[in-house]
Amino acid sequence: MIAFLLAQTIAITGGTVYPVSGPKIENATVLIRDGRIAAVGANVAVPAGATRIDASGKWVTPGLIDGAGQMGLREIGAVQNTNEATLRGNEVAASFNVLEGINPASTLIAVNRMEGITTTLAVPNGSLIWGQAVLIDLDGATIEAMRVKSPAAMVADLSEAAKDAGGGSRAGVAQRLRRVLNDAREYATRRADYRRRQIQDLSASAADLEALQPVLRGELPLLVVANRRSDIETALRIAQEYKLRLILAGAAEGWMIPDEIAAAGVPVLVEPMDNIPSFDALGIRYENAPLLAKGGVKVALMETTTENTRDLRQQAGNAVASGMTWVQALRAVTLTPAEILGVADRYGSLEAGKVANVVVWTGDPFDFSTGIEHVYIRGREIPLRSRQTELLERYKTLPPKY
Amino acid sequence: MRHLSTAFALLVFAAGAGCASAGARTTNAAAPAQATATQEAGIGPQYPSTYQRHPNPPVLIRNATIMTAAGQEIQGGSILFRDGRIVAVGANVTAPTDATIVDGTGKWVTPGVIDTHSHIGVYAAPGTFGESDGNEATSPVTAEVWAEHSFWPQDPQIPLAIAGGVTTIQALPGSANLIGGRSAVLKLVPARSVQEMKFPGAHYGLKMACGENPKRVYGNRGGPSTRMGNMAGYRAAFIAAQGYRQKWDKWNKDHQGDPPERNLRNESLAEVLRGNIYVQNHCYRADEMMQMLDLAHEFGFKIRSFHHAVEAYKIADVLAREGTAVSIWSDWWGFKEEAMDGIYENAALVQQAGGRVVIHSDDASGIQRLNQEAAKAMYHGRRAGIPITRDQAVRWFTANPAWVLGLDSLVGTLEPGKMADVVLWSADPLSVYARALQVYNDGWLVYDRNDPAHQPKTDFSLGQP
Repeated sequence: MIAFLLAQTIAITGGTVYPVSGPKIENATVLIRDGRIAAVGANVAVPAGATRIDASGKWVTPGLIDGAGQMGLREIGAVQNTNEATLRGNEVAASFNVLEGINPASTLIAVNRMEGITTTLAVPNGSLIWGQAVLIDLDGATIEAMRVKSPAAMVADLSEAAKDAGGGSRAGVAQRLRRVLNDAREYATRRADYRRRQIQDLSASAADLEALQPVLRGELPLLVVANRRSDIETALRIAQEYKLRLILAGAAEGWMIPDEIAAAGVPVLVEPMDNIPSFDALGIRYENAPLLAKGGVKVALMETTTENTRDLRQQAGNAVASGMTWVQALRAVTLTPAEILGVADRYGSLEAGKVANVVVWTGDPFDFSTGIEHVYIRGREIPLRSRQTELLERYKTLPPKY
Repeated sequence: MRHLSTAFALLVFAAGAGCASAGARTTNAAAPAQATATQEAGIGPQYPSTYQRHPNPPVLIRNATIMTAAGQEIQGGSILFRDGRIVAVGANVTAPTDATIVDGTGKWVTPGVIDTHSHIGVYAAPGTFGESDGNEATSPVTAEVWAEHSFWPQDPQIPLAIAGGVTTIQALPGSANLIGGRSAVLKLVPARSVQEMKFPGAHYGLKMACGENPKRVYGNRGGPSTRMGNMAGYRAAFIAAQGYRQKWDKWNKDHQGDPPERNLRNESLAEVLRGNIYVQNHCYRADEMMQMLDLAHEFGFKIRSFHHAVEAYKIADVLAREGTAVSIWSDWWGFKEEAMDGIYENAALVQQAGGRVVIHSDDASGIQRLNQEAAKAMYHGRRAGIPITRDQAVRWFTANPAWVLGLDSLVGTLEPGKMADVVLWSADPLSVYARALQVYNDGWLVYDRNDPAHQPKTDFSLGQP
């Protein structure tokens, strides 16, 4: 059975293909074999026995990747018992990896993947250091089957929300983060002393300091939530001091300093429809993503409302309406997040050898008039069904058929 | 990503806060809109509107696609308005010599957007305790409070909503309480006071809330702690109001002796019983909406609109028969248990059953894109085989909310005689790529995307980044 599934070959033919890694190709074929993309192009031979999908008049893109959310980690926002994203009681939860909190049976998964979202970053929540985010595909009966990369990033918060961890001051937050990083460095060189208790008290547990080593080595990115311009600059400063691989998330006032962010080579995750001012970011505005992109910053988009991760499409469309180019926006929900999260060798574009996360749309993925024809995750055709389609079926005609 | 740390909590809170209420009485479209005092039965004028139309030269938008929300989509059409009134709409409209001509080539025109469910002004930005004025969560029944007394005209969220094409809102108390208080029906214009924004002639709405919020808020504070407790709470309140109303009605008729003692709580509820204040009822679940309809039958009032109503599609036939509208989102679901069964096709199914659909926001972000939310609901309906027309989808954020507020003879469509609440869009408003280019409120150009002189800022935003 497994061998049979793996051997499946699918040819999506005749569509307008947006590989993202290159210009669009009219009347092209995407060939999927054994869960991978085998070939993409206008002159691809379709092997005998392949399942043919006629995509004439359709658009074919990579599956969309959401740069943030808590898919699988929260079923119902208001019901605490269905939430797994937060490790309470530890403000420096660096060793907290959310992977085993993910529920592959979550009803949110089917609802969102059938709208073209195939991969999401499942992010912990917390205080100063939230823990380790993992990248998952939205298909699979087990966490092993869903896992794309774990950990994909260490997450920390330098926004207003983290102030309690810094004694009520942004300066305190920055100083505490530095102290944790310093202690992690010291810990790495004195593990034996630590075990013998021949070392001053460190500001985090051994497990948490250990978990920070890949961050200090620049192997694991540090994803920092920061919105106010000065908080973004603090993040850039700390990243430079410790030579960290920084990803900015939120970055509401990033549009004020695109040059600084671009010069530091730091990518940014932005939620384009977010424009409500708070004291954390009074300069927040619709044009943030377009202005950052224009300034040379690598921008990926996100929809942080987990149950409606599907609205990533609308986020992208609004980014375009605010001045991003359509090509930039498509990249910002496919290849760019894959690059930022270190999986661009496998994800984010339609290229031979990549994982076959593919969506066939009736038109422009960002516009409301567009429907979904087919979704493939790792080459498996996803049934376009969810709890919501079942409710529709039941109540389409009244009285309902119980 | 603010949202990752705070907005999940905010969403729950906002949804908890969110709940609709409001209403307004139909006004004669032929008569010019003018400031009229609200006249409570037996009580003199109270807290009158001081709204005044802002002078603006006549405007002719020509060669645009005009979606009237009254059954027409006119290609290459023109619309002329003068002195706050629409004068003519059609393919051939002559420009008066004093009219400002706006080239609408490649652009679209709709009526001003109306939101039946907003908390801007009462839960103002920047969103600290200082602006948290939406829930008088000190007692489960606070029919005596009025949203207008919380409303802050300098809320920086107001210009954002205007830039989204919004011209009229119902600002509501939150949904912590069974009966949260009176709504404020407002023209969304820059103003120094809420009185200057109050829609002339509009009548109040009464915010009521079902389900999880009241029992969560009061469960450990004396109740209600259950849905049956919620019902008992509404009934007790209306029983008291019945007695109050009888006393006042009698006194108003015969003027014998001293007038009865005033009671603000009962005054609001008695106005509901008289049909002068419209019930705007936050209610998610189908079974609970059925309970509320029974309550309305018991006391002889109408529920003008259910709000949120994520399960409206389960009882679309009943809602159509009762004449109760639904103010809903296109796709919100799952943030709490009573919102679990939300589906994209809710709006389309209610429309198909003959009900009245309103796309509402309950959200300072969503209010800026009600056209997009309507589009989402329309296209999902169509894909499920439900033939929603473009005109119907535009009515979801224009004519139908006008009806919910009792203002449908005044605003909500582009027809001669209606108030000149007009939006010029950069593209098809049912596309994600459309932006409001110009917004006219009562003929006044309150927003122009390409002219900083017509991009109002609130006091709060001055000197800010």
